[in-house]
Amino acid sequence: MNAPMNAAPVAAKKLKVATTSLAGCFGCHMSFLDIDERILKLLELVEFDRSPITDIKHCGPCDLGLIEGGLCNAENVHVLREFRKNCKILVAVGACAINGGLPAQRNHLDLRDILEEVYQTEAGISHGGIPNDPELPLPLNQVHPIHEVVKVDYFLPGCPPPADAIWKLLTDLLAGRTPTLGHGLMHYD
Amino acid sequence: MSNELTFQLDGEDISFTPGQTIMQAAKAAGVYIPHLCWHPDFPAHGSCKLCTVKVNGRFGSSCTMEAQAGMSVENRTAELDDKRRTLLQMFFVEGNHFCPSCEKSGNCTLQATAYELKMMSPHFDMFYPDRPVDASHPDILLDFNRCIMCSLCVTASREVDGKNVFAMGGRGILGRRIHINSESGKLADTDFAVTDRAASICPVGVILVKRKGFAVPIGERQYDKTPINEQVKEPTA
Repeated sequence: MNAPMNAAPVAAKKLKVATTSLAGCFGCHMSFLDIDERILKLLELVEFDRSPITDIKHCGPCDLGLIEGGLCNAENVHVLREFRKNCKILVAVGACAINGGLPAQRNHLDLRDILEEVYQTEAGISHGGIPNDPELPLPLNQVHPIHEVVKVDYFLPGCPPPADAIWKLLTDLLAGRTPTLGHGLMHYD
Repeated sequence: MSNELTFQLDGEDISFTPGQTIMQAAKAAGVYIPHLCWHPDFPAHGSCKLCTVKVNGRFGSSCTMEAQAGMSVENRTAELDDKRRTLLQMFFVEGNHFCPSCEKSGNCTLQATAYELKMMSPHFDMFYPDRPVDASHPDILLDFNRCIMCSLCVTASREVDGKNVFAMGGRGILGRRIHINSESGKLADTDFAVTDRAASICPVGVILVKRKGFAVPIGERQYDKTPINEQVKEPTA
């Protein structure tokens, strides 16, 4: 009622975006950076919460969470649940988040056998034994995609998804549209 | 013109000759009906169910059902494509389909069909079955992780090559698999040759020719640029 007559229009509130790489290789994040100068346009619309870009350690309340990588250890599960709790929209980005990807190639092998081979019996590396520092997250028996643990709102396939596909997803979501990929942007490889 | 036999496929008139299946008539007319186990050179297997259409309101496999004059067939409806996507998701979780490390990626019928039906995720929990590869043959690698049990290799080896190298066996999702007809169970101990029809019939990345990997780069392969529904009249491998 008492608002000044000629106040400048309030700038639209920036959306909060968090990103993380679980059992991934950061390749999806690299592909994200491949949007190049469009990131400047993006920064006019969003503000980053937890992300390798900010180095914030815990995800606060966010509008959008981008998850790269699947779940290979207990910490991955905790981070994923924190993201789900805090993000209104959660997106599985890339092959590993969607089906386990490369890390899941260990799934038909026994975990103990793998650890013993890598840290004890394989020639050419120091035989210091299987690491058991309490700081280290415990590996899961098998690698799992994230939709097996939390509800995922959208999926962005690709290894990695092309920068243009990431851009399409972001611009669709920012405009309030359901994200869609055309044939050229939809790749599983 | 008046003697021409036709049926309706998604409201379009498709002509056919007596004895042709719905799938055969559609392919001849250049209309895509999603399918995996059907191949124009071989009798229909009717197992993948991806080509299910609605004929006069009832579900039927278009690869086995003969076209009849005046029938009304639904194909690319949201209802049918939803069911097809679910079937695809079941294929993807039952095997180990990791496209980024697969030499068939870009040339794969399963992958191209999943693109066409906009399959964004596997939806179900993954099975991650243990399916050892067979690299015993000097010219051919068998990676059973990607097998969808279409049985085209079984048919091609038996009917065209006259060799009977492959067989389907076992029960259940994790038990059923392709067997090799040799005492050792290894491909090296058969008379399979890289020139066999069966060597080039696999719609997914199970039967791969050795030393040919990535001759065509990812991104420039058959379905990378042109979707599968626009390649209906192309010769199938």
